[in-house]
Amino acid sequence: MHITEIFSEDKVEELHMCEDCAQRFLADGKKVKKPKSKGHPEPDSVFTGGGGPREKSQACPHCGTTFAEYRSTGRLGCPIDYDTFHEDLVALLENVHGETRHNGKVPLNLLRHRQHQDELSRLGKELQGAIARENYEEAAKFRDLIKTLEAK
Amino acid sequence: MNLDALAQFSGEWLDATGPQSQIVVSTRIRLARNLAAYPFTNRTNNFQKGEIESLVCDKLRHFSFEVDYHPLANMPALDRQVLFERHLISRDMASAEGPRGVAFNPGESISLMVNEEDHLRLQVLKSGLDLQNAWTVIDDMDNQLESKLSYAFSEEFGFLTACPTNVGTGMRASVMLHLPALEHTRHIEQVYRALQKISLEVRGLYGEGSRASGHFYQISNQVTLGKSEATIIKELGGVIPEIIRYENEARQAWLADPQQPLKDRIQRVLDTIQNETQMSCEEAIECLSILRLATALGEAPGLGLAQLDKLFIQVQQAHLQKIMGGLMDSEERNTARAQFLRKKLAIG
Repeated sequence: MHITEIFSEDKVEELHMCEDCAQRFLADGKKVKKPKSKGHPEPDSVFTGGGGPREKSQACPHCGTTFAEYRSTGRLGCPIDYDTFHEDLVALLENVHGETRHNGKVPLNLLRHRQHQDELSRLGKELQGAIARENYEEAAKFRDLIKTLEAK
Repeated sequence: MNLDALAQFSGEWLDATGPQSQIVVSTRIRLARNLAAYPFTNRTNNFQKGEIESLVCDKLRHFSFEVDYHPLANMPALDRQVLFERHLISRDMASAEGPRGVAFNPGESISLMVNEEDHLRLQVLKSGLDLQNAWTVIDDMDNQLESKLSYAFSEEFGFLTACPTNVGTGMRASVMLHLPALEHTRHIEQVYRALQKISLEVRGLYGEGSRASGHFYQISNQVTLGKSEATIIKELGGVIPEIIRYENEARQAWLADPQQPLKDRIQRVLDTIQNETQMSCEEAIECLSILRLATALGEAPGLGLAQLDKLFIQVQQAHLQKIMGGLMDSEERNTARAQFLRKKLAIG
C-alpha cells in the first residue's frame, strides 16, 4: 500500500508498506516503523506472512540458519535457504521487488541443458511417430540420434 | 601491480571521454554471484573462504580479460583503503577479515571481488553514460566465469544471493552524476522523489550509506527480481537524459543569476585554494566540485575534467598519504592536501 503524508506545502513523504503495517499506521498514527527504502530490508518490517511475524524454529538442513536469524542479520546462510524458507521469502520478495519470479539471464550451462532436453523430447516424439507408422528404418535413425545426444 | 604507483594515476573510467561526461562521471554495473557448493560468505569459515579464493583464482587464469588478483588478508590497511577510495572494493571488504581479495585489470574498468557479501561481485566501470557497453562487457565476464564455476541459481528466484534485495539478476546498474546546479537550486529533492516513485535509488559517491559529497549522486535500480537485465538498463538509461537536461538548465540559470553569481563562487573557490594552509577532504571535494562545474561551462580555462576527476580520488586520505610517501595524522594531511591541491591546479 502506498501512503502520501503531507506535512506542509513543500514537505511531502511517500510511505510504502504492507497491508498490515498500513492498517496499523492509519489506526495508530506513526507508531509503526516506516519501512526502509534503501539498503537491505528490515525483515521484520517487510514480513507479511499470516498477521505478523511468526517465530521460526525450522533450521536450514544445510547451513543451520533459522528464519529468526535471517530476520536479525538480514542475510541468508546458503542457497538452500531459498527452499527452506520458501513461503516466507516469497512474501518478502513480493514486498521488496514487487515480483516473485526471476525474469532475467539464465546460466548458459542451464540453457544448454534445457535445449538438450528439448531436443531429446522432440526426437522421442519422432521415434514414437515412426514406430506408430511402422517405419522402422526411420525409427532406427531417430534411435541412433537419441543415443548420440544422450552420450553428450 | 604496485599499489604505491597506483595512487599516482586514475582508472581509465575517470578519463572523462565517455558520453555526457560533463555531467555523467561514470557508469557502473555489478553482478552478485555465489557458488552453489558453499554457504554464503557470512556462514563460511576461513578454510572455505580459502577454497573459494583458490577456485576463483584458478579459473581467472583462463579469463580473456587481463586481470591481477590482489589478496586482502595480509594487505596493509592503507593499501586496502586505497582500493576502497578507487571504487575497487567495498568499505565492508576493506575492514573484513579472512581470505578475500579483488582482481582488476590495469585500467581498473573490470574488477571482481571474492568473498564479499556474496562469493563473487563482478564490476564494470565506464567513463560517462555507457550502460549498454558496460552490460556487454560484464555479461561476457559472467559467461566466462560461469562456464568454469557452478553458480547458485534457481529457475524461480534466479541468481541466489545472501541478501534477498539482490536476488534474481543480482544486478545493480548505476550512473554517477555531478549535479551541483540542481543541488544549488534545491530541485534535487524533486528529482529524488520522482526517481523513488519509479523504484530507482539515489546514493552518494561511495554507494550504500554514503553522502552525496561533492554533489555526486549515484542513481541505480532498486529492483533486481522480475525484470530482465535489458529492462533494468532501459529503465535506468531512460531517465538519465531528463536529469541531464534539468541539470543543464539549472547550470545556465545559475550562470545568469545576478543574486548569487556563479562566477563569484568560482573565484571564491580559487581564492580558497590559493590561500588556505589547511584543507579537509570534504572542503577539497567541495572546491573541486565547483571547479568541475566551472570547467564544464568553460568558465575555468586551463583546467580539464579528467584532471579534476583524478584529484577527487587523490585528495582522499589514503591516496594522499601514498602520494606523500608516509602515514600522517589528520592535521598533517590537511596541510599536505592544501599544498597538493595548490600545486596540482597550479594556483598561487
